[in-house]
Amino acid sequence: MKVLVAVKRVIDYNVKVRVKPDNTGVDLANVKMAMNPFCEIAVEEAVRLKEKGVASEIVVVSIGPKACQEQIRTALALGADRGIHIETDEEVQSLEAAKLLKSVVEKEEPKLVILGKQSIDSDNNQTGQMLAALTGMGQGTFASEMVVEGDKVNVTREVDGGLMTVALNLPAVVTTDLRLNEPRYASLPNIMKAKKKPLDSMTPADLGVELAPRLSTLKVEAPASRQAGVKVADVAELVDKLKNEAKVI
Amino acid sequence: MSILVIAEHDNSELKQATLNVLAAAKAIGGDIDVLVAGENCGAVGEAAAKAEGVSKVLVADNAVYGHFLGENLGELVAEVGKGYSHILAAAGTIGKDFMPRVAALLGVAQVSDIMRVESEDTFVRPIYAGNAIATVKSTDSIKVITVRPTAFDPVAGEGGSATVETLDIVKDAGLSQFVNEELAKSDRPDLASAGIVVSGGRGMQNGENFKMLEQVADLMGAAVGASRAAVDAGFVPNDMQVGQTGKIVAPQLYIAVGISGAIQHLAGMSDSKVIVAINKDEEAPIFQVADYGLVADLFEAIPELQRAL
Repeated sequence: MKVLVAVKRVIDYNVKVRVKPDNTGVDLANVKMAMNPFCEIAVEEAVRLKEKGVASEIVVVSIGPKACQEQIRTALALGADRGIHIETDEEVQSLEAAKLLKSVVEKEEPKLVILGKQSIDSDNNQTGQMLAALTGMGQGTFASEMVVEGDKVNVTREVDGGLMTVALNLPAVVTTDLRLNEPRYASLPNIMKAKKKPLDSMTPADLGVELAPRLSTLKVEAPASRQAGVKVADVAELVDKLKNEAKVI
Repeated sequence: MSILVIAEHDNSELKQATLNVLAAAKAIGGDIDVLVAGENCGAVGEAAAKAEGVSKVLVADNAVYGHFLGENLGELVAEVGKGYSHILAAAGTIGKDFMPRVAALLGVAQVSDIMRVESEDTFVRPIYAGNAIATVKSTDSIKVITVRPTAFDPVAGEGGSATVETLDIVKDAGLSQFVNEELAKSDRPDLASAGIVVSGGRGMQNGENFKMLEQVADLMGAAVGASRAAVDAGFVPNDMQVGQTGKIVAPQLYIAVGISGAIQHLAGMSDSKVIVAINKDEEAPIFQVADYGLVADLFEAIPELQRAL
């Protein structure tokens, strides 16, 4: 079966985020970018499905500026077969991303779509669910385990109270949580091979989707910083402070 | 304006998060209705009717909503919600699951995880794991919003007298089935709403050592949490994780034990009123946010703390 994986280019996980002095956003100039960590987990899961003989082809799609092709190449180096780049320099919000992915789903007809549960920049946690709704598919969000059986996929989800397993009819959308797997690193030969794998580029207009942002960001600020407090010498002093100064116990 | 708040519950009890979301609804202003969707959830409907500021409670009681499957809830809420200006739910794993479906079915954006209401169309929310705070304005006619419960003081859970109506709408999308669940059973308070939280990190070394924290927590009536490192290492289950991708907590007192203070952990607890850090590494970033820091070996400090309590 064919698996579609969506990946997003975001600020690297290890980079310290700085708000621009004019409060218009986060400073991304000359900042290291990478594949969103939840998307890496999505790619890894697809590759494992292929290694198990469950998936026959992995198509990876990314939306954004030209540079997103780096993240598509990374996914190809990790084991995806083919890439689709939907190129735009405009801001793409979750609903538009879901509409673009819907048109890719209609063309490619995958049995399974795997996405990260959220991106570490906008932290919206929406696109997978929106795509599932628009395409009329079931969704297994925040997956920590997934097993494909016949025409169903069983997804164990990380929920507030613990774990919950649902069975979804295929085709279905799965969004990954942290403990689904530990992504591998791409080997040098595979990075070289990835350069020769097919990568199609298209625009939102090619897919008949108009980008119309519905949310406007008025300002972005640094969070109120917490002042470091005092060091206490021992447990006795700590308990005394909590009882008599902070009055919380 | 008219606001529909989707109740969070477990079919028998209304979760406190609903009262926090009602506070966000109150800040937006307008008539507030509550939708209780579940199975055999009549008691939840009655509890919601007593909450402050609620005009009407709508109860959709059917087996198809029993496990809060996002596909079914999404269709129900999109249908009931289309007559409202705002649809609000708590940003827990249930709300995060079905609300984007509601937004997509209505063809509108969702504003996720708001922590403040600026006006009826402008909201404040964290981005980049809380390293930046964005003010966003929505131009949609229906605003679909998930609310960070800890950012809003709850409205009163008693004293209201809303009318209760039964909704006879059954939406079975037929896309998903509940298989099973493994829910943690604990006599301790719920992590997300506890007044005191004691959390352990990688420094705990193994799951067995978390018993020490549990003993301390029980003496204080506290909940027990963990850092992502401790969960990833398999010391404790995922439902204990505090942090950006786990639970967001804001108790009166947060005690971080053997937690270094990775940014994604801080994003989940830095709104706590008083933070205590116990760590043997003096340079640990957790000390930069702690009101009281104790540089000590936790295996000596925790038993001592237990005796002192």
